[in-house]
Amino acid sequence: MPDLLLEFLSEEIPARMQAKAADDLRKIVTDRLVAAGLTYEGAKAFATPRRLALSVHGVLARHPDIREEKKGPRVGAPENAIAGFLKAAGLKSIAEAKIEKDAKKGDFYVAVIEKAGRAAIEVIGEMIPEVVRGFPWPKSMRWGSGRLSWVRPLHSIIATFGPETEEPEVVAFNIDGITSGNETRGHRFMAPGAIKVRRFDDYVASLEKAKVVLDAARRADTIHADAKNLAFAQGFELVEDAGLLAEVAGLVEWPVTLMGTFDQAFLAIPGEVIRATIRNNQKCFVLRDPQTAKLVNKFILVANIEASDHGKAIVAGNERVIRARLSDAKFFYDTDLKARLEDRLPKFDGIVFHEKLGTQAERIARIVALAGQLAPVVGADAAKAERAALLCKADLLTEVVGEFPELQGLMGKYYAEAQGEDEAVAHACEDHYKPKGPDDLVPGDPVSIAVALADKLDTLVGFWAIDEKPTGSKDSYALRRAALGVIRIVIENQLRLPLRLQLWHHFGAVGRDEALAEAIAVLHPLQEQIVELSATDIELAVKLEVLVSEKSKRLTGPVLVQAHSHLRQSRDLLAFFADRLKVQLREQGARHDLVDAVLALEGQDDLLMIVRRVEALAKFLETDDGQNLLAGVKRASNILRIEEKKDNKSYAGAPDAKRLAEPEEKALAEAVTIAKKEASAAVAKEDFAGAMSAMAKLRPKVDAFFDKVTVNVDDGALRENRLKLLNEIREATRAVADFSKIEG
Amino acid sequence: MAEADTLATPRQRQDNLDPSRSFQGLILALQQYWASWGCVILQPYDMEVGAGTFHPATTLRALGPKPWNAAYVQPSRRPKDGRYGENPNRLQHYYQYQAILKPSPPDIQELYLNSLKAIGIDPNVHDIRFVEDDWESPTLGAWGLGWECWCDGMEVSQFTYFQQVAGFECSPVAGELTYGLERLAMYVQGVDNVFALNFNGRDDDRRVTYGDVFLQAEQEYSRHNFEFADTAMLFEQFKMAEAACQKYLDAGWTDEKKGRHLMALPAYDQCIKASHVFNLLDARGVISVTERQSYILRVRELAKACGAAWLATEGGGA
Repeated sequence: MPDLLLEFLSEEIPARMQAKAADDLRKIVTDRLVAAGLTYEGAKAFATPRRLALSVHGVLARHPDIREEKKGPRVGAPENAIAGFLKAAGLKSIAEAKIEKDAKKGDFYVAVIEKAGRAAIEVIGEMIPEVVRGFPWPKSMRWGSGRLSWVRPLHSIIATFGPETEEPEVVAFNIDGITSGNETRGHRFMAPGAIKVRRFDDYVASLEKAKVVLDAARRADTIHADAKNLAFAQGFELVEDAGLLAEVAGLVEWPVTLMGTFDQAFLAIPGEVIRATIRNNQKCFVLRDPQTAKLVNKFILVANIEASDHGKAIVAGNERVIRARLSDAKFFYDTDLKARLEDRLPKFDGIVFHEKLGTQAERIARIVALAGQLAPVVGADAAKAERAALLCKADLLTEVVGEFPELQGLMGKYYAEAQGEDEAVAHACEDHYKPKGPDDLVPGDPVSIAVALADKLDTLVGFWAIDEKPTGSKDSYALRRAALGVIRIVIENQLRLPLRLQLWHHFGAVGRDEALAEAIAVLHPLQEQIVELSATDIELAVKLEVLVSEKSKRLTGPVLVQAHSHLRQSRDLLAFFADRLKVQLREQGARHDLVDAVLALEGQDDLLMIVRRVEALAKFLETDDGQNLLAGVKRASNILRIEEKKDNKSYAGAPDAKRLAEPEEKALAEAVTIAKKEASAAVAKEDFAGAMSAMAKLRPKVDAFFDKVTVNVDDGALRENRLKLLNEIREATRAVADFSKIEG
Repeated sequence: MAEADTLATPRQRQDNLDPSRSFQGLILALQQYWASWGCVILQPYDMEVGAGTFHPATTLRALGPKPWNAAYVQPSRRPKDGRYGENPNRLQHYYQYQAILKPSPPDIQELYLNSLKAIGIDPNVHDIRFVEDDWESPTLGAWGLGWECWCDGMEVSQFTYFQQVAGFECSPVAGELTYGLERLAMYVQGVDNVFALNFNGRDDDRRVTYGDVFLQAEQEYSRHNFEFADTAMLFEQFKMAEAACQKYLDAGWTDEKKGRHLMALPAYDQCIKASHVFNLLDARGVISVTERQSYILRVRELAKACGAAWLATEGGGA
C-alpha cells in the first residue's frame, strides 16, 4: 500500500511552536484521510527550525466503488411521488431507473446509484491545500504580495505518494503560487542545494547527508549526550535543563555542541543569577563541580554549523557576549547590595498595584498587618512575621529582579541575608511565594507561612472586593492558584485557620477606610443575623443602624451597608475556597459526594477540619455499619421527603416520649439521643472517628425500627410522632455530615 | 613629506573603509550593498525619533499597495537609555541602519545574509540564527512577526514582516531589516566598549573613536534627559504637537467624503514630535504608570489618523 510524504519548508519556525505543529499536522491529515474513507497503517510527524514533515504509511490507494440500490414507488404511481424519487436518487428521468417485478404487490422502480471510487492521490491533492490554509499556528503571518498565512514565509512543499516498490508520484496541487513537488533543501549554510526526494526513507537519509537531523528527539539526545561528555571530560557536570534542551533542539538543524569559558571572578554572583543570565539571554547550559555542586566558569553552547575553524570564532563570540551579560549582571548585583531593602520601600508609594486597590505600599502595609494577626494562629513570632512581610516585596525594585523577574523572592532572600536579617525573615522573602504550582512545596517555617498566607489572602480579598473574580478559563490574577496555595499551606501544615473571621475582617483593610473597618468589627458578632438580609432592601441601612446603635453612634448607614456587602462577598469567597478544596480533594482521589456531604453542614470554614471529616466519613462508609446506617438514613429521608410533601408541612422537632409505643421505637429514640450527645461531644473534641463510632451504634436500632414498625399508620398523632423520630435520625447524623448528599 | 601623510595611499584608503576596522566603513558597506540591490538610499529623517521605524519612509510607506524599497541610517534617541557615558553598551543616542523592502522579496533572508557577508561576517565561520521575536509598537499601532538575528549568540539585527501599521493591515507586506550599528561594529571590530570603536578606520594619530565623537554628547544629554529637561515646556509641547497634528489632519481632507488628503506628511511630523516629547517626559519620571498608558494611546490615535490620511494620498496609493 502506498505511503504519503509531506514536507513544508519555510523560514525559521519559532522553537516553542514546533512540537505542537508536528503533532497537529499528523492529527489533522490522518483525521481527514480517515474521514475520506482512506485508512492508513501509521503516521509520524517531525519538525526542525525550517521544516514540518509528515510520513503516513500504508494508505489505501483508492477508496472502493460504491453501488447502492434505492427502492422507489410502484410503477404507475402519482407524478409527484415519481418526481420526489428522481430527486432523491439523483436521476434525470424515470427511464434511468430499473423496474423490479413483483407479482403480489405490483412492479416498482429501483434506482441504481454507482459512485466510482477515487484514487487517494486525487483526494489528498484536494485535501492538503485546505490543511495548509486552516493550519492552527498560534500566530501566523502573510508575506510578499500573497494572501496565504503560515507561521513564517512558506517556500516549498514536498508531497509524494506511492507504494514502496514503485517510483512515487507527486501529489499535484498549488497553494497561492507554491506548486507541490519532490524537492527540498538541506542545511541553510552547509548544504543549501536542492535535494530530490522519493519517499520517507531516502528523504531522511538525504537530509542527514545535507546536515539536517529531522527528528527533534534525536537532536535533543545528541545535544544532551555531547554536552554531558564535554562536561565530563573536564571533570564537570551538566546542570540539567529539560526546557532549555527542548528549546535549543528547536533552534538548530545540525547541532554542534561547544564549550566556552568566562572569567572566574563572575562566580561571586549568585549561581541562579549566572544561570538565568546564560540560559535566558544566551540559551546556553551551565556546568557545576560535582563535588561542591557549585557552578564553574564554563558554559555549553549549541551551534548550528560545523564551522571551518572548528568553532573557534563561534566560541570566542559567545564568550564575549556572555562576558558582557555577566558584567551587567554583576553590576546589577553589586548595585543592589549597596542599598538596604527597607530603604527601597518609599518607592512603592508611587507604584500602583491595581487602580482600584491602591499602591504597592498600601498593599504591603496590609500584608504586614495581616501577617502580624496570623502569626499567633500559625505559631510564628509576630515581630518577625511583620518584618518579613515588610521586606518580602522589596526585591521587586532591585536591578537583578528587574532583569530576571523569575528570580523574585530568591534575590530577596540573598539581599536580606546580606544585610543581616534573621534567618526566618530572609527565608520568608523567598518562601512566601510558595507554592508556585501544584508540584511546588509549601512553606514550612511559621514566619514564611504567616507571610505566604497574608500575601495570598490579601490578593484574594482585594480582587473579590473589586469584583474581579475568575470566570471560566479567565483568571488573569491567578486567583485559583492563590486559593489553592492557601488550602495546601493550611492542610499540609495542619493549621487551624477560621477563614470566615479572617476574610471579612480583611475586606475592611482592603477598603482603606477606618470607618469601614470599625463597622465590620462592630457587626462581626451579628454576622449570622445579618448575612441573610437582602442587599436590595431599601431599609437595609436603617436595620443595620438599629442593630449597632448600642455600640456605636458614629457608624452611618452607607458604611454599614458597605460592610454588609463585604460580608456577602466574604461568603462568596468562602464558597470559592470550598470549590477549590473540592477540586483539590477530588484530584487526590477523595469522593466528591463526601466532600459535598461535609460542606453542606453549617459554618464549615475550617479547611483542616473539613478534610478530617471527609477522611473519617470515607473510612466509616467502608464498614458494614457505615453502609447500613447510610441506607437507613436514606430510607428515613426518603419517607420524610414524600410525607412532608404530601402533608405540606415539616416534621421537625423532638418526638413526644409518651407517644412512643413499640419497643423498637423506644429503643431508637433512646439511641438517637445518646448518639447525638456522643457524636457532638466527639466532634467538639475534633474526634471524627469517634463521632462515626457513635453513629455506628444507631445502625441496629434503625434496622430494627424499619423491620418492626410501620410509620404511616392511621392514628395521625402516632404517625406524626414517628415521622419526627425519623427526622431525628437525619438530624443526629448531621453532626458529622449531610448523609442525603452521599451517593450509593 | 607632510603631503603624503595627509593624503592616504589607495591601499590605506581601502583599509580605512574596512567594515571590520571602521564604524563609518561599516555604514558605507551597508549603503553600498543596499544601493547596488536597488534600494533608494535616503538620508536620516530630520527629526528626533526613537527608532528607524518612525521614519515616514518606513511607517507611512509600509502602508498602501505601492512597491517601495529604501535604506537609510537613522539616528535614534531613547532618552531613558542614557547612562552618562558610563555604560559600555547603553546609549541614549545611537544609529540604526534600516532597510525596508515592499513587497518582501522571496529571497529576503538571503539578501540579509549577503549583507552580513558584505560587512565581513562569513556564515560558514559564524553561527547565524533566526530566533523568534515578534515586534510590536504600541505607539505606532503596529505589529509584525519575525526574528532577532543572532551572530555567535549576539543579537545583531531585527527582521520583521510588517502585518499592521497605524492600525491598518499591510498589503503587500513589507520586510523590515534593522541593524544595530554600534553593536554590529563592536562585534566586527572585536571591541567591548562602544566608546572605543574606531570611527574613521585610521590607526595613527588621526584615529577618531566613537567616544571622541559622542561621549560628551552622552554625558550632556543624560544630564538633560534625566535631570533638567524642562517638563513644563515638554508637557506644553506635547499638547501643541497633538493639537497641531489634529489640525493638519482635519485641514488636509479635500472634501467631506475624505477621499483625498493633502497634508499627511506634515501631520505625521507632529505625531513623531509628540512621541519624542513623551519619551523625554517618561525619562524625567514625571509620568505615572496609569498616565503612561494614556499618553501612549494618545500618540497611537495620532499615528492611526496619520495612517488613514496617508492612504488617501498618492504615495499611499489613493
